[in-house]
Amino acid sequence: MSVSALTIPVKKTFSLLLFFFMSFFVLMSAAQQTLASEVSAEDSLADAWNALSKKNYTKKAKAIEVITQQNPSEARPALKAMLEGQLYYAKRGKALYFLKETDNSYVFTPLFDADSALEPIVQENRRGFRKVKVNNRLRSMIRQFLAVLQLTHEDANIRLSAVQELLKNPDADAAGLMENTVEKETDDRVVAAMRTLLAVIQLENGDEAAQQSAINTLADSLNTSAMNALMAYEAPTKALQNKAESAIQKINDKRDLYNKMETIFFGLSLGSVLALSAIGLAITFGVMGVINMAHGELMMIGAYTTYVIQLLMPDNIAMSILVAIPAAFIVSGLVGIAIERGVIRHLYGRPLETLLATFGVSLVLQQTVRSIFSPLNRSVETPEWMSGAWQINEVLALTWNRLYIIFFCLAVFAALIAVMKKTSLGLQVRAVSQNRTMARAMGVRSKWVDALTFGLGSGIAGLAGVALSLLTNVGPNLGQAYIIDSFMVVVFGGVGNLWGTLIAGMSLGVINKLLEPWAGAVLAKILVLIFIILFIQKRPKGLFPQRGRAAED
Amino acid sequence: MLLMKVLKNDKPGIWLLGILLVISIAVPILNLLVPESSPFHISTYTVTLLGKYLTYALLAVSADLVWGYLGILTLGHAAFFALGGYVMGMYLMRQIGERGVYGDPLLPDFMVFLSWQELPWFWQGFDQFWFAALMIMLVPGILAYVFGYLAFRSRVTGVYLSIITQALTYALMLAFFRNEMGFGGNNGLTDFKDILGFDLRADSTRIALFLASAVALAIGYVLSRIIVSSRLGLASVAIRDAESRSRFIGYRVENIKLWVFVFSAMMAGVAGALYVPQVGIINPGEFSPLNSIELIIWVAIGGRGTLYGAVIGALLVNYSKTYFTAALPEIWLYALGAMFILVTLYLPKGIVGLQLQSLRNLRIVRMVRKIRGAKV
Amino acid sequence: MKAMQSLREFSRRDRVFDFLVQAEPPALDLSHNIILYLEGINKSFDGFKAINDLNLYIESGELRCIIGPNGAGKSTMMDIITGKTRPDTGQAWFGQRLNLLEMDEPEIAEAGIGRKFQKPTVFENLSVFQNLELAMSQDKRVWPLLMARLNGEQRDLIDEVLTTIGLNQLASDPAGKLSHGQKQWLEIGMLLMQKPALLLVDEPVAGMTHQEMDRTAELLTSLAGKHSVVVVEHDMDFVRSIARKVTVLHQGSVLAEGSMAEVQSDPRVVEVYLGE
Repeated sequence: MSVSALTIPVKKTFSLLLFFFMSFFVLMSAAQQTLASEVSAEDSLADAWNALSKKNYTKKAKAIEVITQQNPSEARPALKAMLEGQLYYAKRGKALYFLKETDNSYVFTPLFDADSALEPIVQENRRGFRKVKVNNRLRSMIRQFLAVLQLTHEDANIRLSAVQELLKNPDADAAGLMENTVEKETDDRVVAAMRTLLAVIQLENGDEAAQQSAINTLADSLNTSAMNALMAYEAPTKALQNKAESAIQKINDKRDLYNKMETIFFGLSLGSVLALSAIGLAITFGVMGVINMAHGELMMIGAYTTYVIQLLMPDNIAMSILVAIPAAFIVSGLVGIAIERGVIRHLYGRPLETLLATFGVSLVLQQTVRSIFSPLNRSVETPEWMSGAWQINEVLALTWNRLYIIFFCLAVFAALIAVMKKTSLGLQVRAVSQNRTMARAMGVRSKWVDALTFGLGSGIAGLAGVALSLLTNVGPNLGQAYIIDSFMVVVFGGVGNLWGTLIAGMSLGVINKLLEPWAGAVLAKILVLIFIILFIQKRPKGLFPQRGRAAED
Repeated sequence: MLLMKVLKNDKPGIWLLGILLVISIAVPILNLLVPESSPFHISTYTVTLLGKYLTYALLAVSADLVWGYLGILTLGHAAFFALGGYVMGMYLMRQIGERGVYGDPLLPDFMVFLSWQELPWFWQGFDQFWFAALMIMLVPGILAYVFGYLAFRSRVTGVYLSIITQALTYALMLAFFRNEMGFGGNNGLTDFKDILGFDLRADSTRIALFLASAVALAIGYVLSRIIVSSRLGLASVAIRDAESRSRFIGYRVENIKLWVFVFSAMMAGVAGALYVPQVGIINPGEFSPLNSIELIIWVAIGGRGTLYGAVIGALLVNYSKTYFTAALPEIWLYALGAMFILVTLYLPKGIVGLQLQSLRNLRIVRMVRKIRGAKV
Repeated sequence: MKAMQSLREFSRRDRVFDFLVQAEPPALDLSHNIILYLEGINKSFDGFKAINDLNLYIESGELRCIIGPNGAGKSTMMDIITGKTRPDTGQAWFGQRLNLLEMDEPEIAEAGIGRKFQKPTVFENLSVFQNLELAMSQDKRVWPLLMARLNGEQRDLIDEVLTTIGLNQLASDPAGKLSHGQKQWLEIGMLLMQKPALLLVDEPVAGMTHQEMDRTAELLTSLAGKHSVVVVEHDMDFVRSIARKVTVLHQGSVLAEGSMAEVQSDPRVVEVYLGE
């Protein structure tokens, strides 16, 4: 997946949030100003602003303290700009300005709206202005302040990330603030994070009783800081030491569990891709007894269909995927029917010849795509609703695209089962696959059924292509990479058994991912292949063989 | 004597061996003795190309033996070819000695580059030609034995077998791509200097390799012929056409399949070993499933189950591949794909079958025989 | 103590280690004059009971006909005898010593059970002569096969069988070119080449003309005595013309057994064949 596809939405959301912050603080400060009656406070605030243009860092620190306590509307943007090195003051008059750099000019906007006398100044250099300098101490003060400010934000997610920010660098002062806010906090996740933070601080500073309860709290947390705090903890008594150690153990166990869950999730999503690509094959191979080596290329066509649809509707990426699903089904299905009519129908009952002929078809399709789209890889843009992740807890996050692919696979599978079980096409397909002559005698038009079945299998390959296009680059070799895996899945699951294919796909995916951390990706794949080679030799008919007398011949 | 007996009823085989003999004499003369200015001169490049084709032909014969006569559609036969090639590559790597880029007397360059300290155990002994020569046969043979033992004993047949042979070569390809395997990873083995002390770039060495390929093809053909014309060959055809029937009259199908398969794998290994010094490189790409399937189409185009047809197919397809990839690279895959489709649809017996048919239909038997003889 | 004992046992001089004993296939033992025992055999496919407590004994040198309606389990029984299918329970012995359930198809064939299939399967791409050559009783291991040359004795045997089945003229034609009846005979010829003690013949006259049928009847009767022959057949006329003893199978077990006349008068048989 390309990095740029992920970062763009993040940037957008960030600027959106910034906008909300601004407007929120403008409102808040208006309310505050009317309430503020103490002249001395206003005086000291003004002094504090002025002090920012001084060179003495102690005075600046003092000033920041005052500003943060009073918290006027300008405080947040100003301090933020200061942190980023974009707060300036005029050499003459010492008024504070924001600096905004454009390509070839510098724009200085006054900090205070009230100073209407001061217009934004645009010039080609920074002459006449000086940066408000910060040192490390000031920086951490400001960060802390910004975080604390966010603790009261109305968006729970922002509050959560603020607490997490504080957790990275726990500080007794922040804890003081939090003790007040935690009572009012309504969001469970934020409360948990806050309690963790408090516990971390108590573990360092509290008495033995407080430490004990802190350990209890931390044992339930999955946060890295909690873990670090426990690791660094020097227990005053043996009992506490043991307690801390068992807490560490508990956290580790939990993390292991969640990591395993994540691995299994990855395995299931890989398995879904495998199953998706194999289901179509299971129909053509299992139900019709036809080896379609061009199956991978039908997937490739589905992927290219997605790519073309995105080209056609560049303004609506979110919708394009939804349009691509039926489109890919139809395009791949039609190509499949053409292959069946043109080549395969002459070769029924000769599986090895079919294999060779369809391999020829696959070469032709690959080269056609190379001629039309160039041999270079193309990438399909992931729509926004598929990016990001579902954060279940601090360790376990399930990415949406993988989740959607699992759902998609299950949906396709359910639809297929429904088609096979409930429709007359499904009935005819099953009839023809079990006894062609008999079905024909019963009035089933077997040629028509063959073509449609093949179209169905190919269409599903197209759907698999849509899913694949969101995971990898779209290129002429896309299909080749998956064809052997798909065959393995079908053979492993038992030919002619759709459920077997689904289960085989999922379990191979999970096995692969479970082996990966231990053996590495390539070796894991090799091991899986060897496993299947050995497995077929033990059970030549796969996991779920078709049973009965007919199957024994 | 035995040779006479085997070839008694095999006119195409006699032609094949005759032609091999003729080119084995003619090519060295035209290359070494005829001056370069003469139109009859054959460049060393062409000699090497011909030598390469001959190794392909040997590979095709080995594949035809198992596909044409035993009915095992192997989609992984190029794996044995590549293994033989790797064994030869290992020998050639050890011959480089101190002349490598890093000048290490023992370790090949890529191992120095990966900062390996000592030669892995499986590289021991490959500095001896006799050992390498033995391994060229043994390594593919043992793999074929293990794989075949498992597959044939549990009666994996038909497309299942095809697919797992394909998986086998695919798994080997992935494995050889890994640096940790100790076979040069992605880049494979290359930069060979000499073989048995002769400079690989010398014209005379090239000629010698070409002759070795011709001899290997001749021997491979004759040995295969002996097999297919023996009662073992009859039993193979019986197994191909009605496997379970052969069991009921008492044939150990799995043993027959196994040994013919092993023999064929060894032959493929020899072909690979002769291929590598001529092209100067062996890399994991040789394991690619596409290579194995292409090999099958050589056999199919030439004519399955005729041995000499496999030779014709290999030469024809590879010559057109050389021609197309140079002249019209875009067209090659279309052409190859079309060959697959058209041959399976309209030429189930290959080019050889076409001629046999016309032989019967046209009744100008003598003329056609002449033409056929000339082509073979 | 125990260790000493086992050591003594181990070093006994008159003892031959198991792995040194040559694995010699036990010969066919017909001392009780019974060549085939099937006892208490059961086999079901997905809940369908194809064979249900089947007991059958074939005497040495006998010609036995087995009849029964479709689905009576005739083919499954043949499959079990020849090792193609394993029964769920039961015993199958060839003579006194050979346990068929522990042998696979080639072993059973080598031991002396030959089978002719319902659908004739000859090797169509090989000549009639080659078909017989392959079927010949011989060392069927790989290396001997590679080295095998046809000797005069074998050629005579093949010629003899060719005469028996009447395909002398067609010896060098591919078997695929034969007519249906000729293929059936070729199969019987292949059976003869195996020199089996027991021949299983599945529907030998299906699709034959009357003339061919008569010849086949003649052929089979002439075989009995030298070989034990089990014939599974639908055609009642044919069965009547050759049968000495008939077994009726129904729903996977033996319904009746006896001479043709006895069987035909058995009311249960009549009911099975004619319905209620």
